[in-house]
Amino acid sequence: MNDGREKTSGEDTLLTISDVERIFGGERRLFGGRAPAVHAVQSLSLSVRKGETLGVVGESGCGKSTLARLVVGLDDPTSGEIVFDGENLTDLARKDGNSLARKVQYVFQDPVASLNPRKTIRTILEAPLKHLTDLDKDGREKRLTELLQAVNLAPEFLERYPHEFSGGQAQRIGIARALAAGPELIVLDEPVSALDVSVQAQVLNLLDGLKKTFGLTYIFISHDLSVVESVCDRVAVMYFGRIAELGPARNVFGTPMHPYTDLLMRSAPAPGRHVLMAEDASAELPDPYNPPAGCAFAARCNRKTGACLDNLPAPDQAPGPDSGHIAACYHPLIEA
Amino acid sequence: MTNTAISGKGRQAGKSARPGTFSLLLNNTLATAGLIILIAVCLLALAAPVLPLLNPDVTAPANRLLPVFSTGHLLGTDHLGRDLLSRLIWGTRVSLAVGVSATIIAAVFGSMLGLVAGYAGGRTDTVIMRGIDMVMAFPYILLALAIVAVLGPGLLNALYAIALVNIPFFARNIRGITLGLSRREFVDAARLSGKSPAQILFVEILPNVLPVIVITMSTTVGWMILETAGLSFLGLGAQPPQADLGSMLGEGRKILFTAPHVSIVPGVMIFVLVMAINLLGDGVRDILDPRLRAGSLTRPVARTVVLRNPADVPAPSGDENILDVRRLRTEFQIGGTVYHAVGGVDLALRQGECLGIVGESGSGKSLTAMSIMGLVPTPPGRIAGGAAYLEGEDLFAASDRRIRDLRGGSVAYVFQDPLSTLHPLFTVGNQLEEAIRTHQPLSRARTREKAIELLSLVRIPNPKERLTTYPHELSGGMRQRVCIAMALANDARVLIADEPTTALDVTVQSQILTLMNGLRRERNAAILFITHDFGVVSAICDRIAVMYAGRIVETGKTDDILASPQHPYTAKLIECVPVLGEPERRLDAIDGRPPVVNNLPEGCAFADRCPQAQSLCRTGEIELVAAGADRGVRCLFPMNREPSA
Repeated sequence: MNDGREKTSGEDTLLTISDVERIFGGERRLFGGRAPAVHAVQSLSLSVRKGETLGVVGESGCGKSTLARLVVGLDDPTSGEIVFDGENLTDLARKDGNSLARKVQYVFQDPVASLNPRKTIRTILEAPLKHLTDLDKDGREKRLTELLQAVNLAPEFLERYPHEFSGGQAQRIGIARALAAGPELIVLDEPVSALDVSVQAQVLNLLDGLKKTFGLTYIFISHDLSVVESVCDRVAVMYFGRIAELGPARNVFGTPMHPYTDLLMRSAPAPGRHVLMAEDASAELPDPYNPPAGCAFAARCNRKTGACLDNLPAPDQAPGPDSGHIAACYHPLIEA
Repeated sequence: MTNTAISGKGRQAGKSARPGTFSLLLNNTLATAGLIILIAVCLLALAAPVLPLLNPDVTAPANRLLPVFSTGHLLGTDHLGRDLLSRLIWGTRVSLAVGVSATIIAAVFGSMLGLVAGYAGGRTDTVIMRGIDMVMAFPYILLALAIVAVLGPGLLNALYAIALVNIPFFARNIRGITLGLSRREFVDAARLSGKSPAQILFVEILPNVLPVIVITMSTTVGWMILETAGLSFLGLGAQPPQADLGSMLGEGRKILFTAPHVSIVPGVMIFVLVMAINLLGDGVRDILDPRLRAGSLTRPVARTVVLRNPADVPAPSGDENILDVRRLRTEFQIGGTVYHAVGGVDLALRQGECLGIVGESGSGKSLTAMSIMGLVPTPPGRIAGGAAYLEGEDLFAASDRRIRDLRGGSVAYVFQDPLSTLHPLFTVGNQLEEAIRTHQPLSRARTREKAIELLSLVRIPNPKERLTTYPHELSGGMRQRVCIAMALANDARVLIADEPTTALDVTVQSQILTLMNGLRRERNAAILFITHDFGVVSAICDRIAVMYAGRIVETGKTDDILASPQHPYTAKLIECVPVLGEPERRLDAIDGRPPVVNNLPEGCAFADRCPQAQSLCRTGEIELVAAGADRGVRCLFPMNREPSA
């Protein structure tokens, strides 16, 4: 599987995640034994190229938010390595958090909760400028004006408090804060799922424009397949802490290989589509404290065989017809 | 820049609508009384040096134990002939000063410990909190006594002792709040803005904890004064001849029966002072506590108040409708502003039909549904006009008892978040059986059977075992199935589903939609389905009503509306949703924001955001014009209209 990775990680690779694992719980207990542990993310390998938008999709509990927190250094991996621009991200975060924050930023899911209710927008936006850049007072003032202009907000908003804003406006402020220190990579964790559809389109268009203007790279995390398809170059589909399928967005959505991707696509409601899926009440995630030995999706899969139940498929078990398209499946929907 | 203009208006409205903190305090009679008494006592104590008082420490054995109202000694004298009025005022001064300073010291150190413990977590938290626990393990008056015994008696040492024994109180309170706040997203955001832990703790978290510290302080000052008095009473606080309320009480104790006024005078002062502080403290807590402020102090009545003109009650539109809503208007009055949340909505639901109400948040779609069974909280909400007929019966005219029978009976609701709809402390079976028994007089065994039937109806595997599970043991999809089972418990004729799948994952959403679709065919129940997602609508709804700013702007068969929307808002709303399989499609966002419903523009509410708007759109009332069977549009210049035949 490393061979497959080498091909994709050329010179233009910005971020490489190799074999990363994050376990919650599992501490030693006072009276022997260990507390139960949950693998939020398991043997996950990914690379992000400069200038692309990588989409991460999956249902709640699949580990996509944990992945996001690992990438911005808010959390440390239990094992494995994340390399950003040639530097080990975990060491960087531990040694000098600010130098990492200058390069990688984060946009939160709940725009209002991510703004301190007792601070004005000016104080909120000035914080990264003060701590992450060496701009003087005039320089900061100039940058603030630029930032507000970039996200289409009026300058008089600076003196207001977060509760005076709608969700869409608050998310623009969150995006402006992420842009403030001029990062290279922005992790967007469900940036539009708390917004109304009409506002969602405004924010998606804004993100698209900013990417071109500032030459940004995005990791776009969402549970909404149609949103991911419309903004992403490549997509990783996650299930139960692992990557089920990875590839260019057009291939993953056009010719899905993993049955889980196919299920997600068939479940997504679309205007003008009446087809409802067959009833299946057992469609639930496996118990995270007692993970299955084989493929985590096997219980819900109608293509499963003995191999699926006993052995874990490798992330690139099924190489797709197009390069860079891989699925962790013994019985993919299309064979290469 | 439309954004700016709109939010500017909204801001002013917000200012005028919400009463300020101080005026809220003055609304509370008891707290105001406490405030006035406290201010009076404080002024008296502060003015002690300039008041024409006798020296409180000069003894005059000739005048000892003069009764109250003696000439020259308004409150009499004590056993050494000292003027009691003078000693009382000087003593109050000392007691207040000690009580307040002890509170401040305890608050500063206690809050600091709590903040650090809550934010740092892990080992630091354990060490600090176990230390605090050790302090709390002693009866605190004993601990204070022990501390004074070690330091030696004296007012200052008593102050330290009292401050110290009260630190745990602050530390525990503040730690809890900090713990919650430090998991919040804005703290992560501050970390990513490059702030150091100290900056995050004192610049980001502290301002959010401050109200709690103030609340705790306001409720402890009185207690601290009592404790100081207690120590002084035992002779460990103020030393003679210095007067303080506690030591005065202590001196009077020996002569309680011969000269009761010597102890009653300081006793009454302690009582008045502590009572005033506690009343004020309770008032301050009610105002600053966000939970109480959010409206828990105003108790909504069980049913929305109906204030409609009896002469103007619209008649039902037809006989074949199960649910018939006519010209429904629901308003909110907050302060002096009236919000017209629902401004004249007509809906009709036939047997076995699924009608989708689509709109953005704030369009009034949920309120329309809540108004039908009187579930809009009053105050501040009220139904200002119109009628809702359930099988011909006017629901707004029905008695409260009748409405209670219908709720959960003929009309049942399914809400968005099943975790907050189900009671966390009762098993699924308890809750289902309760829903059944409220409406049907069945035996225990029969109820249980029925509950099992319902669970298997919503396709929950092993229904018998599931009866004994608690809501938190079920997944989101299973919980929503239980909610649907509860809604179906009494053969509901109408099911009102308010975004029932929004909180669920797509695969689960698809199952729930399939289930609801199947059930309405099996049970022949009508569904009013509220959502913001056109994809969900097309999966289940026969007809759609699109709402904007409290009104229906377009209604019609699902396919017709999706294929050829006639209102520009509907068209825009459909266009701005990305569709799976069409990644190249450019998302067409709607500029601006919906208008605030307390200040709706004349004419079409969408005119400001509409590309086709003309001057005619901004005048007069625009009616919902019928355009073919089941089709209506509230627009002067509709789109996609075939030339009229």
